[in-house]
Amino acid sequence: MILDYEILKFIWWALVGTLLIGFAITDGMDMGAGNLLPFVGKKDEERRVVINVVGPHWDGNQVWFITAGGAIFAAWPAAYAAAFSGFYMAMLLVLFALFFRPVGFDYRSKIESPKWRKAWDWGLFAGGAIPSLIFGVAFGNLLQGVPFYLDEFLKPHYQGSLLMALLPLLNPFALLCGVISFAMLTMHGGVWLQLRTEGEVATRSKKAVTIMGFITLIGFILGGVWVAYGIDGYRVITQPALDALPNPLAKQVEVAPGAWLDIYSNYPVAIVAPIAGIFGVAITVLLSRAGRAGFAFVTSSLAMAGIIATAGLSMFPFIMPSSLKPDSSLTLWDASSSHLTLTIMFWAVVIFLPIVLLYTLWCYTRMWGKVTVEEIERRAHMAY
Amino acid sequence: MIDQLFVDLSRLQFATTALYHFLFVPLTLGLTWILVIMESTYVITGKEIYRDMTKFWGKLFGINFAIGVTTGLTMEFEFGTNWSYYSHYVGDVFGAPLAIEGLMAFFLESTFVGLFFLGWERLSKTQHLMVTFLTALGSNLSALWILVANGWMQLPIGAEFSAETMRMEMVDFAAVVFSPVAQAKFIHTVSAGYVTASMFVMGISSYYMLKGRDLGFAKRSFSVGCGFGLAAVLCVIVLGDESGYTLGHAQEAKLAAIEGEYHTEEAPAAFTLVGMPNDEKMETEYAVKIPYALGLIATRSVNEEVKGIHDIVAESEVRVRNGIIAHNLLLKLRSGDTSEATKAAFEDVKQDLGFGLLLKRYVENPADATEEQIKQAARDSVPPSAPLFWSFRIMVACGVYMLALILAGFYFNMKRTLAEKKWLLRLFLYSIPVPWIAAELGWVVAEYGRQPWAIAEVLPTFLATSSLTTGDLIFSLVGFVLFYTILLIIEMFLMFKFARLGPSSLHTGKYYHETHNTAPQAAE
Repeated sequence: MILDYEILKFIWWALVGTLLIGFAITDGMDMGAGNLLPFVGKKDEERRVVINVVGPHWDGNQVWFITAGGAIFAAWPAAYAAAFSGFYMAMLLVLFALFFRPVGFDYRSKIESPKWRKAWDWGLFAGGAIPSLIFGVAFGNLLQGVPFYLDEFLKPHYQGSLLMALLPLLNPFALLCGVISFAMLTMHGGVWLQLRTEGEVATRSKKAVTIMGFITLIGFILGGVWVAYGIDGYRVITQPALDALPNPLAKQVEVAPGAWLDIYSNYPVAIVAPIAGIFGVAITVLLSRAGRAGFAFVTSSLAMAGIIATAGLSMFPFIMPSSLKPDSSLTLWDASSSHLTLTIMFWAVVIFLPIVLLYTLWCYTRMWGKVTVEEIERRAHMAY
Repeated sequence: MIDQLFVDLSRLQFATTALYHFLFVPLTLGLTWILVIMESTYVITGKEIYRDMTKFWGKLFGINFAIGVTTGLTMEFEFGTNWSYYSHYVGDVFGAPLAIEGLMAFFLESTFVGLFFLGWERLSKTQHLMVTFLTALGSNLSALWILVANGWMQLPIGAEFSAETMRMEMVDFAAVVFSPVAQAKFIHTVSAGYVTASMFVMGISSYYMLKGRDLGFAKRSFSVGCGFGLAAVLCVIVLGDESGYTLGHAQEAKLAAIEGEYHTEEAPAAFTLVGMPNDEKMETEYAVKIPYALGLIATRSVNEEVKGIHDIVAESEVRVRNGIIAHNLLLKLRSGDTSEATKAAFEDVKQDLGFGLLLKRYVENPADATEEQIKQAARDSVPPSAPLFWSFRIMVACGVYMLALILAGFYFNMKRTLAEKKWLLRLFLYSIPVPWIAAELGWVVAEYGRQPWAIAEVLPTFLATSSLTTGDLIFSLVGFVLFYTILLIIEMFLMFKFARLGPSSLHTGKYYHETHNTAPQAAE
């Protein structure tokens, strides 16, 4: 089956969104658990409970992050080029923080020393907290536009040293987005810990879900108001046919207040996303407090899907607006790869993603059940 | 103009992060299969010692795997962070195998590896074996896809440059996947990984035999490593990577540089065993030659010639001149003259566009290049010979040495007198680093040998960078080196600790330190 170029470009926008949501639900859950590790686990055994809830699955979950990176490379090479180099320092911080996780999980419990273990616990915390904060900050900057432009040969350029450019990235709106992202993933991780542990760890996790859910809710609503009245959005004025060969320099873009809300008047159905975000978080908190962690996990996944989709939809069709030269902005229509590559990658996803989901599910069912302090003590030499 | 220091730092950072990552990859590629062999034996025979072997070598595998994942994270994003023009220019082709690697291989490997470590009590024997097998399959598939991507950098087939989108676009995915260079690289790299893992297992097993500890465990482990290693080392040497070097101009240039072959060797080409390549004089001095050998290695025949650097540079010069024309036509197309005549003229010369871009190192617009600059660009098309000449020879020497060592190990193991041959056991123990030296040098030969190109004959490396500053790069390079070095020290510390402890670290109560009460330190 040959799909139209225009349709494929749109499908790929949805697929990248799906991969990001998949990343939040799986790897985000592990990062959230990492954010809570030093706080819901007071004693070493309790911390090992948290680590072993995540232990068998964190590596597979992290592949959502890696595959999202690879998929952006294959589907939107121009965005992969401009975004990861434009956010150079932020990306380095994310990577350096993530370094702690693979080695942290495997090495932490191989040595008895409490100092060694405590050091790795904070490493695992950093490996969750820094990325979950920065992903939000990155979205906050995308919504405000990124200071880059493309030259005539389509090479992305930025202003000055990116080391210096780190500070403007951390502006108030972006920080708010960072807080939303951090709180949302921590809430999600808390729900997961509540579901998979018992006793003190579960009780503390439940408490964390309430606090983090509350912060997410307030932050998300505040962010919505800010987007509507506080920051300018971007709007395409003219552009080539949607199925034209991608050329990011062939369109006109204006910067206008409230432009990020266009989608909700053009396609009112899009309002489903922020509603899912708001109600998803609220219901998650209620379910968690009622001790229904299983259902809460479903609603917190929905809530995150809603929040991420809100950001993506509001920017539609932009994927990386340029604040330096708005006409250099990248959209899903002009940053994509060729018709053939999009087709091949579409089929690769259609074939492999369901297989991945099936065997991932099998792994979870085999490892299902609550992880307890007793079990950790019994399997002290084989567990993480 | 090009800031050469910035380009060099970008390259240095990529080489550093890739070489660090490649310290851990080969062991993972091979050790997973060794674990499959050990665990299959356990499932078939039911002998517990094979389960203990799987668990113990699995522990060492885990220590290595964790840091492999850590250093691998960087690689997925480094094209975007540091090679953004590369990412734009070839992402349409290069991104696809990378994304498929994630979907098909990383997910498989990483989803099951957790169950390998933590699923022993939750899974039936055959289920656990299946988990181990899928981890091995996943890690090897990831090697396949990354080498498909890398093979395309060396021989960019199945793609065409498009002036409208200003990038390379895929036209034939099958040609990219089934590229002969990619396939040769895959076989060569994974079998080198298998040799690495075999040398690792045999070296550590020899240590136990030297100490007279856990002999049954050590001998069985050695046998598995030895059988697997013998097959693998033969595979590496017989199916060397060179088979691809006669394809394409850049590959020919690499081969000529590796061989210090300044003058075309007529068939049957002789192989220079040692000598001093001198790029200034364009001569390899003090050369010791073996007749026929190069022709056999490079072309698998005695009647094909192997092209020398002089001739390659002469060919390049023609292509640089064509490339100037191609670049002029590209500028015309980009500025709006899209008449059929201009398009057709560009199509005729666009295969040489990359050679025109080589001039951008010296002039903003290739059309302004002087005669001297054109000649210099043509000379640039061949990488410096000496580093490749020596890297290649040391790599091959390592390979031949390991073949001899493994053959000796195999012979005495068959005669069941291995444990008495202390000299050989010591040789195995101290030879553990040899496969790593060979693997790192193999990377150098392949990627340094690709210079001056990021994508052979298409995109020069100096144009492929991001628009960062030298300060940005110094910051990141120092950060990577610090992080990686500290993590490497921790990894080595754990590796030595658990290798010394041996199977006693499993706490089964059956092994040396538990039965002799001599544990140097209570194992976790």
